[in-house]
Amino acid sequence: MNSGGGNVEPIHKTLAVSLFRPALVATGIALALAVLLAAPAGTMAYHNLASEAAQKPCGVVTIAAAADLMYAMNEIVANFEKATGCILRVSTGSSGNFLSQIENGAPFDVFFSADIEYPRKLETEGLAVTGSTYLYAVGKIVLWVRNDSRLDIGRGVAVLRDSSVHKVAIANPQHAPYGRAAEQALQKAGVYDAIKARLVLGENISQAAEFVESGNADAGILALSLALSPELKEKGRFWRIPEDLYTPIQQGVVLIRASQNPQGARAFLEYVKTPAMAALLERYGFVLPGKVKP
Amino acid sequence: MNWQAIALSLRLATCVAGILLIAGMPIAYWITFSRWRWKFLVEAIVALPIVLPPTVLGYYILVGLGPQNLPGKLWQSWFGHTLPFTFGGLLVASVLYSLPFAVQPFSAGFESVDRRLIEASWMLGTSRLGTFFRVILPLSAAGAITGTVLSFAHTIGEFGVVLMVGGNIPGVTRTVSIDIYDQVQAANYDVANRTALALLVFSFLVLSVIYGTNRTALSLWRRR
Repeated sequence: MNSGGGNVEPIHKTLAVSLFRPALVATGIALALAVLLAAPAGTMAYHNLASEAAQKPCGVVTIAAAADLMYAMNEIVANFEKATGCILRVSTGSSGNFLSQIENGAPFDVFFSADIEYPRKLETEGLAVTGSTYLYAVGKIVLWVRNDSRLDIGRGVAVLRDSSVHKVAIANPQHAPYGRAAEQALQKAGVYDAIKARLVLGENISQAAEFVESGNADAGILALSLALSPELKEKGRFWRIPEDLYTPIQQGVVLIRASQNPQGARAFLEYVKTPAMAALLERYGFVLPGKVKP
Repeated sequence: MNWQAIALSLRLATCVAGILLIAGMPIAYWITFSRWRWKFLVEAIVALPIVLPPTVLGYYILVGLGPQNLPGKLWQSWFGHTLPFTFGGLLVASVLYSLPFAVQPFSAGFESVDRRLIEASWMLGTSRLGTFFRVILPLSAAGAITGTVLSFAHTIGEFGVVLMVGGNIPGVTRTVSIDIYDQVQAANYDVANRTALALLVFSFLVLSVIYGTNRTALSLWRRR
């Protein structure tokens, strides 16, 4: 034990000073690197976008798309960009969230909602182009399990009562149209009360899919379009929930009034209405729609 | 206003602050007094959650500890279920996520104690544990309070991890921040507004009380 009182103080001072130095140095280096890397990358991206846009006839169109469209939209976008030379920027997420964001000034040009009521609401509020709401698809729901699941989903949603089912993933019925449909189907099938405590809610339908796909939930009620997507097709099997158990999801698209690129937006909307794109949507499990009455 | 969500958040934050008060003290003590040359690595690990986005932690808990991977399988065989969608899961995530907010003020508090007093206590025959409780802790109470309050407050404010692994179960994983998010998405601005305002006032009051009654606590945090 150190008994020399005289030399204790300097030792402890150097100790204290050096205590957090490595952390400080590391933080400094990290910050410097972040600044160095971020600055040029940021300006480069900006220049690219601007010069790209200048070359193209219809510029950049920014799209908000419901999460169930995630995979179908990738294909449509690729086709459209090839056909027209436009650039599309797509955000996918929960329709309810997009509605809130657009109501609060989000810079989208076109909004593909999973629920046609949202585009209609935007029209009523004067935030979307009057009469531009179009029913682009009707969405279906399925019961989905991973390939390694022992559940016999051929028995329908009643199989969720099975004691081996601990968690069932659906989208949040509070704001996700697919969640509402799932809840409705469970209620009509008479299993809702029995399995209510097993429900876990995804923020949108693709998060619900992620919960089942990762194995954290034992089963899920997902969009048919996701079940048919290349990403999920190989990983699991599904059972179509009969349409008399829920109201099929009327999906609407609308042009946003504050759009910076109304021509490009309109061109894209017209493109989605073409038979080829309707067929593509059908391949992803969306039923072909008729025209919406204005 | 969703009182169930508010109660859940308070319960979660209390558990996290309690666990970190007990578990964070030895870590902070070791960080402060150890002379191990690789100590900075431990410091870096403790500080990680300050830098990492919550999505990284959320991803590891959901997929890494999911039933498809070995760590998740082990967890499942020990505890009977995986971490996501449970209060325990949120607790584990929150403790990890708030660790630096407890350990760093604790450690700063220990560091501020005059080394001569500690050594005098040892010299007079008091054990290390005795010295800790009778000399170090009373003299660094400000750091202990700051760390505990910050970890509590940080847990109340947590959102990203809970959104990723919570599964939004009322009374189990639907915390107040998630509830506000849901209300905004469902365009229930009135409800969202009330809850958000309540949270704003609550946070302000907590911090005011701490900063007002504890000037040293403030200076300790500033020194970081």
